Amino acid sequence: MIALTRDPISVDVVLSAVRDRGAGAIVLFLGVVRDHARGRNVRHLEYEAYDALARKELTRIETEAAARWNVRVAIVHRLGHLEIGDISVAIAASSAHRGEAFEAGRYAIDTLKQTVPIWKKEVWAEGAEWIGQDDPAPARPTVR
Amino acid sequence: MQITVRLFAAYREAVGAATVPLSVPAGTTAAAVWPVLVQLYPQLGGVIVPSTFAVNDDVAAGVRVLEDGDNVALLAPVSGGA
Repeated sequence: MIALTRDPISVDVVLSAVRDRGAGAIVLFLGVVRDHARGRNVRHLEYEAYDALARKELTRIETEAAARWNVRVAIVHRLGHLEIGDISVAIAASSAHRGEAFEAGRYAIDTLKQTVPIWKKEVWAEGAEWIGQDDPAPARPTVR
Repeated sequence: MQITVRLFAAYREAVGAATVPLSVPAGTTAAAVWPVLVQLYPQLGGVIVPSTFAVNDDVAAGVRVLEDGDNVALLAPVSGGA
């Protein structure tokens, strides 16, 4: 399940979307609006999406994760005006065992931040700015 | 030929419109739309250049040759997520 919404994200809905009798693990990631960025005090955020393409890219992430780790994934991104503490994105991944769910959840948020056409505007006391990709996925440590 | 340019976020605000109809010569590529737009809207000169293009709601290479009636989106580096 993927969705873009202008309403507050319901974590219950996201979790319900990946519940499965065969799933022994559900990993939930929440992106939350924080009160600072690059040394500035953030008042609120605005998120804007290229809806049609964002939905396609989110579906691609969902499909890719399902195929790669045998998981069910749900991704919901909020758009519009968000206050400090609001959930901007929720990702749930369920699998038989926890390893795949963690991997798939990490993949989903990292890929979303790289490829899904959604933009964030930070509004501070002194002004506002649309932010470019400032948080590329960190290099993944090699698992031995 | 006639194309429609779709603008989001920083580009939409700089131009003051979400779509811009544009007349371009045949053979124009997706990437070539940006300099045309910057000439029309010099305020785009101070904004980050597009990193990705989409034609008719699908990601397209910058070298993609446009056709009459195409819908072209210029995409700044994305910043969704947390």
